[in-house]
Amino acid sequence: MEQLLKCENLTKRYGYKTALDSINLNIDRGRIIGLLGPNGSGKTTLIKLINGLLSPSEGALTINGFEPGPETKKIVSYLPERTYFNSWMKVTDILDFFCDFYADFDRNRAMEMLHRLNINEQDRLSSMSKGTKEKVQLIMVMSRNADLYCLDEPIGGVDPAARDYILQTIITNYNENASVLISTHLISDIENVLDDVIFIQNGHIRLAASVDEIREQEGKSVDALFREVFKC
Amino acid sequence: MAWILDDSRPIYLQIVDLIKTNIIAGVYHPGDKLPSVRDLAMEASVNPNTMQKALTELERSGLVYTQRTSGRFITEDVVKMTEIKEQLAREQIQLFLKNMEQLGFTKEEIRRLLQRELKEDK
Repeated sequence: MEQLLKCENLTKRYGYKTALDSINLNIDRGRIIGLLGPNGSGKTTLIKLINGLLSPSEGALTINGFEPGPETKKIVSYLPERTYFNSWMKVTDILDFFCDFYADFDRNRAMEMLHRLNINEQDRLSSMSKGTKEKVQLIMVMSRNADLYCLDEPIGGVDPAARDYILQTIITNYNENASVLISTHLISDIENVLDDVIFIQNGHIRLAASVDEIREQEGKSVDALFREVFKC
Repeated sequence: MAWILDDSRPIYLQIVDLIKTNIIAGVYHPGDKLPSVRDLAMEASVNPNTMQKALTELERSGLVYTQRTSGRFITEDVVKMTEIKEQLAREQIQLFLKNMEQLGFTKEEIRRLLQRELKEDK
């Protein structure tokens, strides 16, 4: 099978500021990967490039052999930092929305998860708390049978119990043909579910390794290593 | 509930040890079928790849065996179990001896203290 994600000399500049500087990165199938870095390091820029919301200043990026576009949007499921649903929408509207947009959306799976978190399908987004809205959105994104899931800060706004549920959701929906890319700085919360980590700093990749390698070589957790590498 | 894992060692090795202890302690019985990788991963709140790696390691040690198409089972080899039980016990004893040495006790003193402790237990 084609390499899932391939970045070659990928560069993104905003005016005179370079957000990503000539990044080379490959992502295989069947992995859960943490994209970790301090604020302003380029995490969201990379995720937006993968999803075709930005285009590279230089270099190239392919998903399953295709440049970001309609072909790749069919196989990439994206959870943006901010919600894009309108607040007048009910949960059922969003379910319809996803059914219309994505052939790989599994409505039953989504309804099951909503049910487990006691979210009523007739509720409007405007009546929900910030955390509940985030849960709804994550459920939609994880209910697609995609090849690549890009989750930008999926656990920032939810309580620890819901955080556990979300991680369980990610583990349960895992399959060996798909990979999950999670950007976050809450490392210790997600460390146990990660296969690999990518440390990114000032638009450069500082480190790309498996969690086991880091623990074997450094004798410390990824969280501890992060604090050391990015000490302020 | 997630299994309790520490920060310093690779996660899969910690899982190997936890399952080993569970087998030795009789939580899992000889010949029992192990839950699926996915279910175990869920229970431990770890990545399925990590759980897979841990189970492969356990298979290598002979405590767990795979039967094609029907899953993974705990070994019924009692000799093997005793062997591993004793090995775990030795590890604990060596750790204890090391700690006592760090506290400045000689072998003689350790023996005396240990004998007294064991007597009191009776």
